Amino acid sequence: MTSREEQVLERIDRARRRKARVREEHITMAHGAGGRATQTLIEAVFLDAFRNPLLEPLEDGAVIQVPAFTAPGGACARLAFTTDSYVVSPLFFPGGDIGDLAVNGTVNDLAVCGARPLYLSAGFVLEEGFPVEDLRRVAASMARAAAAAGVAIVTGDTKVVQRGKADGCYVTTAGVGLLDRDTRLGVARARPGDAVLVSGPIGEHGVTIMLARGELDIEADVTSDTAPLNGLITALLQATGAVRCLRDATRGGVATILNEIARASDVAVVVDEDAVPVRPDVRGACELLGIDPLYVACEGRVVVVVAGEAAEEALAALRGHPLGAGAAIIGRVAADPPSLVLLRTAFGGTRIVDVLVGDPLPRIC
Amino acid sequence: MCLGIPGEIVEIPSDRTDLAKVDVSGVRRAVNIDLLDGQPLRPGDWVLIHVGFALSKIDEDEARAALEFLEGIGQAYEDELAALRDSGPEPEG
Amino acid sequence: MMRFVDEYRDADKARALSAAIAGLCEPGRTYTFMEVCGGHTHTIYKHGLEDHLPESVTLVHGPGCPVCVIPMGRVDDAIHIAERPGVIMTSFGDMTRVPGGRGSFLDAAARGADIRMVYSPLDALKIARSNPDRQVVFMAIGFETTTPSTAVTVLRAAAEGLRNFSVMCNHVMIIPAITAILDSPGLRLDGFVGPGHVSTVIGCRPYEFVARDYGRPLVVAGFEPLDILQAIHMLLLQIAEGRSEVENQYARVVPWAGNPRALRAVDEVMEPRPRFEWRGLGSIPRSALRIREKYAAYDAERRFDVPGGRVADPKACQCGEVLKGALKPWECKVFGTACTPETPIGTCMVSSEGACAAYYNFGRFSRRRVREASREAPREAPR
Repeated sequence: MTSREEQVLERIDRARRRKARVREEHITMAHGAGGRATQTLIEAVFLDAFRNPLLEPLEDGAVIQVPAFTAPGGACARLAFTTDSYVVSPLFFPGGDIGDLAVNGTVNDLAVCGARPLYLSAGFVLEEGFPVEDLRRVAASMARAAAAAGVAIVTGDTKVVQRGKADGCYVTTAGVGLLDRDTRLGVARARPGDAVLVSGPIGEHGVTIMLARGELDIEADVTSDTAPLNGLITALLQATGAVRCLRDATRGGVATILNEIARASDVAVVVDEDAVPVRPDVRGACELLGIDPLYVACEGRVVVVVAGEAAEEALAALRGHPLGAGAAIIGRVAADPPSLVLLRTAFGGTRIVDVLVGDPLPRIC
Repeated sequence: MCLGIPGEIVEIPSDRTDLAKVDVSGVRRAVNIDLLDGQPLRPGDWVLIHVGFALSKIDEDEARAALEFLEGIGQAYEDELAALRDSGPEPEG
Repeated sequence: MMRFVDEYRDADKARALSAAIAGLCEPGRTYTFMEVCGGHTHTIYKHGLEDHLPESVTLVHGPGCPVCVIPMGRVDDAIHIAERPGVIMTSFGDMTRVPGGRGSFLDAAARGADIRMVYSPLDALKIARSNPDRQVVFMAIGFETTTPSTAVTVLRAAAEGLRNFSVMCNHVMIIPAITAILDSPGLRLDGFVGPGHVSTVIGCRPYEFVARDYGRPLVVAGFEPLDILQAIHMLLLQIAEGRSEVENQYARVVPWAGNPRALRAVDEVMEPRPRFEWRGLGSIPRSALRIREKYAAYDAERRFDVPGGRVADPKACQCGEVLKGALKPWECKVFGTACTPETPIGTCMVSSEGACAAYYNFGRFSRRRVREASREAPREAPR
């Protein structure tokens, strides 16, 4: 490498280390897509305003020590706390609706903190003119999902806005859970030699929603994978104490989660394309639309990083649960090159899997 | 520049001359077949799809010929590897 | 049963072909080939195809990404139309992030413009039918592969007598772009991987001048990774045998004569523009199409006042040189300062697969380092 090239590369690295900055004057759809723009917005606006040690790791939920209570075994009780908003369109789609999505999403955010989800809140923003019958359906679906996950919805809020100011119905759920075990999980805990697993085929929720909007005129029998993962995760954590990190692969898909892990842990994540489970019709829809299933959202799949020697145990634990029947070891953690996700392609090559830049949109090129 | 995907024709509606339904790995969509200029199409034929249009009918004989060439190269490579193994260092003695 | 996809992604065949390619390379010689088409670039990147090539073979990524070559001024014109009251602007998803002088479609949507993504130009027509009180504009982009679908859509709109549908035509042509590259001084290319899907429409004959007049071989190739490897094998074989010809690796899809029906539809609706500005390559004569007078009612540029503001590419941008392989991305004067993935100037920075964007994001990791990292440990056996 010549010195001039090195200078250019150093300049780029300096620019990267600079504080994230939102360049746009207005919020664009990319700010909600879960990729780089979302990350920048969170860091530059919210983290900047709210900064504190509990928020700073930017995990799916915060884990709070509660000195006044003690957990079984006498340790200081630890509480997980999280919130999430749901604006999915259409509200009802094959395999689920905004109601069970909102309950499962918050249950999963707690579960991946290693917590036992207990109580949820539910806030509704309703558009004037929204059919009450649809609201009943959403509420019934939330009740079923809460029962299935073993949580109770114990508080809530309702607001109505004028017609045109919202799209039917938005739901915000928050939740708390208890950490029964002394599990320490986090995106910064991956180490070289660890194994990476996913609990089932990826991309089903995202593809279902894209097709359910009807604009693409594509027919398929794909249904959303929305499901509560707390049972599956309990089974996993009971089977092995060697889990380093759990994340549910929602917006931005598995690729985005792996990039977060690689960056926070300063490691390389090397994924085998062959090993990543994808249903044929999900792959077909992705090929037709020119999008990569690695970036497509799941709502009932967890990415697991576990010490290498415990990989088989973890896999068996996942596969032993109905929601993990399609689990697979998809890759491993390496030391170099740090902060990078690499894919060993089925074709025998290697490529870098970058952070999602914007929404995965149908493309022609 | 141009994402083109092979799809199998599964249905030709009797009431439309400009459409055919294609299947891509279990995913189905109606595509416009105006650009195929009246080439006879049957379910089971494969077409190349681009932005909702069938651009070309896929020629299975040509596809097979190309794959045979690749098989040939593969075989030659295997033979060479085998020859290399056989011509390995002679056992001492 | 053949599915025409998986058959061409086989790693064992790739290794055999890779060995055959290495066998054709003369020791001590280097080979530089350009894949003209952005779709090929995508395949090469997606499958990690370069790992199957010997060090002496270099692929240069060409200008064939239709959104990346759209100059800033055209994006600004389209946004100008989109921001008129009552207009619904439609385009392919690829267009959303391409920046003009005043931001991208995504930014215009954030300011209030009604911009919708479509999968097919026929979907734009459908939007026009169901919104009779709105003007629906289709921002048409793409090379010859995509042009016929726009032409058929205009013919359909005319047959239906739709009065609220028009097209902003940005269709570009590959031959003038290849010619511009061949005519540029300091060219270092040994041959071309020809665009397969463009060729389903224009056929293989239009490339004959490349072999005949410029002495460079060209092999029209498909889009699966084995297709591209085979095309490189065919190029090397031509060079080894001292030939320079146009060959068709993608005969399963590309007829030598192309698609006459598609060419007729295009010729009916469109005609060449005297010149067209290409992002990074400058103005190229007769390199793009516009709607003919006969179909003026469906021409967005005639229906709406378009400022036609030419936001010239900054002089310092050396995209053209990078495209031709004459400069490395980091040797460009504006690389990494004025031109970054967040504020791209030239086409090579607009697409994430463009040479400059790829180098900006991953230049600090050499290809070799990435390759070695992924081979560090054996593949996990259990599945």
